[in-house]
Amino acid sequence: MKFPGLLRITFWKAVAVVLMTLGAIAAIQRYALGLGATTNLKDTFPWGLWIGFDILVGVGLAAGGFTIAATVYIFNLERFRPILRPTILTAFLGYILVIAGLMIDLGRPWAIWHALIYWNPHSVMFEVAWCVMLYTAVLALEFSPVVFERFNMQRPLKIIKAITIPLVILGVVLSTLHQSSLGSLFLIIPGRMHPLWYSNIIPFLFIISCVAAGLAMTIFESFLSSRAFGREIEMPLLSDLARVIVVVLAVYFTVRVQDLITRDALHYAFEVNYQSIMFYGEILLGVVLPFFLLLSRKIRASKAGLFYSSALVLLGFVAHRINTAITSMEQYPARMYVPSWQELFITLGLAAFGFVAFSFVARYFDVFGEKPHYHTTVAAMPVRLSRLRHAKQAELV
Amino acid sequence: MLKSKGLLIDITKCIGCGECSRACAVANNLPQEEAKELSATHYTVVQTVNNDQTYVRRMCMHCEQPTCVSACLVGAFRKTETGAVVYDESKCIGCRYCMQACPFEVPRYEWSSLSPRVQKCKMCYELVAAGGQTACSVACPTGATMFGDRDELIREARKRIDENPGEYVNYVYGLKEAGGTSVMYLSNIPFDKLGLPMNIPTESIPDLSWRVLSQIPKYSVAAGVVLFGLNWITQRRTEVARFEAEEKKKSNGNIERPHQ
Repeated sequence: MKFPGLLRITFWKAVAVVLMTLGAIAAIQRYALGLGATTNLKDTFPWGLWIGFDILVGVGLAAGGFTIAATVYIFNLERFRPILRPTILTAFLGYILVIAGLMIDLGRPWAIWHALIYWNPHSVMFEVAWCVMLYTAVLALEFSPVVFERFNMQRPLKIIKAITIPLVILGVVLSTLHQSSLGSLFLIIPGRMHPLWYSNIIPFLFIISCVAAGLAMTIFESFLSSRAFGREIEMPLLSDLARVIVVVLAVYFTVRVQDLITRDALHYAFEVNYQSIMFYGEILLGVVLPFFLLLSRKIRASKAGLFYSSALVLLGFVAHRINTAITSMEQYPARMYVPSWQELFITLGLAAFGFVAFSFVARYFDVFGEKPHYHTTVAAMPVRLSRLRHAKQAELV
Repeated sequence: MLKSKGLLIDITKCIGCGECSRACAVANNLPQEEAKELSATHYTVVQTVNNDQTYVRRMCMHCEQPTCVSACLVGAFRKTETGAVVYDESKCIGCRYCMQACPFEVPRYEWSSLSPRVQKCKMCYELVAAGGQTACSVACPTGATMFGDRDELIREARKRIDENPGEYVNYVYGLKEAGGTSVMYLSNIPFDKLGLPMNIPTESIPDLSWRVLSQIPKYSVAAGVVLFGLNWITQRRTEVARFEAEEKKKSNGNIERPHQ
């Protein structure tokens, strides 16, 4: 095992350390003083930033995991394999953070295991809980070959390889169930939510939007990795993902507007108030703008264009989830909500931890499929190298 | 067998004395203090509405098909045989979905506690199960809160409306709201002026979730089969392509052989 020398101190590392420290302080306060003293949650507003961002967004951004796994294993599109591992890692870390967020948000976190023994299949939260548990386990298994290779554990490696296909299929089923169930959580509260966000098809909207967000996250993560580790960017692959994003955004926009028309709720968009402004921000900046940007071949082929367009897709996704969980409920003065500094810094600290954990794992494990001596199947290497060369040529052309 | 009980709140009879909330505090060991909003230590409050002319008792409605019961993932809520909806803190994990889900926004949280519980009116479950009646209905000096079998109370409400033309709005709040509730209201002014939520669906609210949840087994099987099928097709295509490439190589070899 090779340890790198002293870590270089860079701007982003310093930011991450500061955020994680503040997050840790806030977390200690939350456990020592309780939810009331450290959050702006209240009886009229029982769910806040932790549910809206840490849970809903965290799970959504992990959606690249099931889409890329299905692309490579189910559809056999082998050329997407280079981005498979980093995407699975992103998804796995995303779920770890979701669980961490849950442990912060739950009023009685020590009782979380009750979900195992007390069952209520009529509760969407029951579905959510089981999907979190099972899909986190599946993601751990999907990522486990990287760990087994690292420590040269041949037997478990063989077992995992033998069950890869059923595992991936289970992962796709669980993940789509989980993404939709987060939307279904809101089905039961028609009265509380603004009609721009409440819909009986909210589970479908959650699935469609998470596919775009998951792919955008894959692109975003590839760019960050390329900067952090000085790697070549898989431009042709990422451009292809961007093309898929364009289609998904178009479908999403159509379904979203169609739904508003069907429910006779479109007129709310023409009022001028807090909700409609947030709605426009979400739809125009987060869906329409990146759709038109990524429609252009030139932008899809440019690194900056791809990066910023994906960032917009992510922004639109975050806005949709936050608007669903928070903005849509803020309908009268007693029910307004601004997160406390503890809520904010626990969220930011967890996000920073995600980035740090990713770079740590990427540093010590073969996440990018580039460390040949870890590979058990040596024969696979020339193929991958030739593919990389093709990719490079394509980029040059 | 015990019949499902309920409470009929007659707004026209309420004088706003607050005896109900004081009796409630005694029965539930809660602090004796005035409050205008429900909280973890106030299971029932008397609110003043309609330019200080009307008093409205607020409390858990004890729905016939309670949203909280369906929402709680660990089944900490239960609709009991007395009609009361009760909460079991030993199961609760503190997700607060019940608070979010309740159409009447009733469940309250012990925000300052390190082991917080959800709190709300229990319709004096133990007292009623033992054959008694709720503390509030015993304390009410004017009969504004009436305890009884839910069926009886509905008949009584109808009777009061029919026998006193012009005295009541011709509507029993709680008869249909959320599929019916054990607590019902009669009023002489429109119900929206009482501050009671008016946008409650009359269908069963838990059905909104169940319609989707009940599809999960079907979806899982279908998705699994489709994915396995797709995988089989793509694998097969790869194998065929490889086989054909090899065949081609072989046949090429055969053609070349005679020339050797």
